[in-house]
Amino acid sequence: MIVLNGEGSDVAAGATVAAVLERMGLALDARGVAVAVDGEVVPRTAWGSFTLGEDARVEVLTAMQGG
Amino acid sequence: MPDSLETPVAEEDLLTIAGRTFRSRLLLGTGGFPSLELMAEAIARSGSELVTVALRRVGSGEQRGSLVDVLAQAGVELLPNTAGCHTARDALITARLAREAFATDWIKLEVIGDEDTLLPDAPELLRAAEELVDEGFVVLPYTTDDPVLARRLVDVGCAAVMPLGSPIGSGMGIRNPYNISLIREAVAVPVVLDAGIGTASDAALAMELGCDAVMAASAISRAQDPVRMAGAMRAAVQAGRLARLAGRIPRRRYADASTPDEGLPAFD
Repeated sequence: MIVLNGEGSDVAAGATVAAVLERMGLALDARGVAVAVDGEVVPRTAWGSFTLGEDARVEVLTAMQGG
Repeated sequence: MPDSLETPVAEEDLLTIAGRTFRSRLLLGTGGFPSLELMAEAIARSGSELVTVALRRVGSGEQRGSLVDVLAQAGVELLPNTAGCHTARDALITARLAREAFATDWIKLEVIGDEDTLLPDAPELLRAAEELVDEGFVVLPYTTDDPVLARRLVDVGCAAVMPLGSPIGSGMGIRNPYNISLIREAVAVPVVLDAGIGTASDAALAMELGCDAVMAASAISRAQDPVRMAGAMRAAVQAGRLARLAGRIPRRRYADASTPDEGLPAFD
C-alpha cells in the first residue's frame, strides 16, 4: 500500500506524483510545494514522469509558518 | 497611527551574507503569529528583508491562505529552516526539499538534540552542515554559544553562524554574553544571534556584543502587540549596532567625574 503523508491511501501503484498532487487538490505550478518518495526528493520537473512503486512512502510538503 | 521610531540608520552599513546584502539586520521568524495579516504587518514594521519558513505536510495545521504568497507580497527573501529535524539525515532531506519548494539554496540548518531545551545536536549539526555545503547550499546553522563549534562550522564552509542566546522561545535573553563575544572574535563570517530574545534590550545587547544581526521569532509573534514589538526590535537592533560602531566606554569599578574639578569654588 502506498503511504501518503503518513497515512495509508488507495493510490494505485504506477500512479505518477503529478496524479497524487492533483488528487490532493494541488496545482502543479503551486509555489512552496515539494515531494519526497522513500526519502528522496522528486524534483518538480519529474513529477509528471515519476511513478510510484507498490509500497512507496510519499511525503507532500508545503510552506508553514516557523521560526 | 504607528509609533514614531525615527531611529538613525547608517546608510552604508549593510549586512552581507554569502554575497547578498541587506539593509536590515533583523531576521524574522514567521512562526507563532495568530494570523497571516498580523504577520505581514509585523514584517513591514520590522523592516526585515529575510524571514524564515518551515516545511510541513500538506493539510497539517490550519490552512489560512498561502504563506508563500503573503511573503512574496511583503517583498522579503525566504530562509527555509529544518526545524523539527533530529538527525543529520532528516535535515539533509528537508533542506533538499526546501530548495525544491522555495527555489533557494539558502538554508537555516537546525538539528535538535533535546526535546526540553531544543538545544542543537553538535555532531549531527556539523555533519549535516558539511554535506549541505558540498551540495552547494548556503548554510546558516543554528548552533550553541560554543566558539569552538562555531569555528568548526565555518571551517566546513557555513556562510554565517547563528548562536543561541538561550533556548528557543524561552525569552531568557543572552545567558552567556561572554561566549557570544568570543564567537564574534572566533569567526570571520556574520554572526546572527538566534533564539532566546525576549525583548528589545536583548536584541540591543546582541548587537553591542558584536553580532552582525539578530533573529527574532516568538519575541515578536507572541508579544501582546506583535506589530509594536516588531518596531521595538527594529529600533533596538539599530541602536545596538550604532552603539557597537560608536565604541562603548570601558566599565570601571569607581566613579570617574565627567565634570572637571578645576575651577571648583570654595565656600568656607
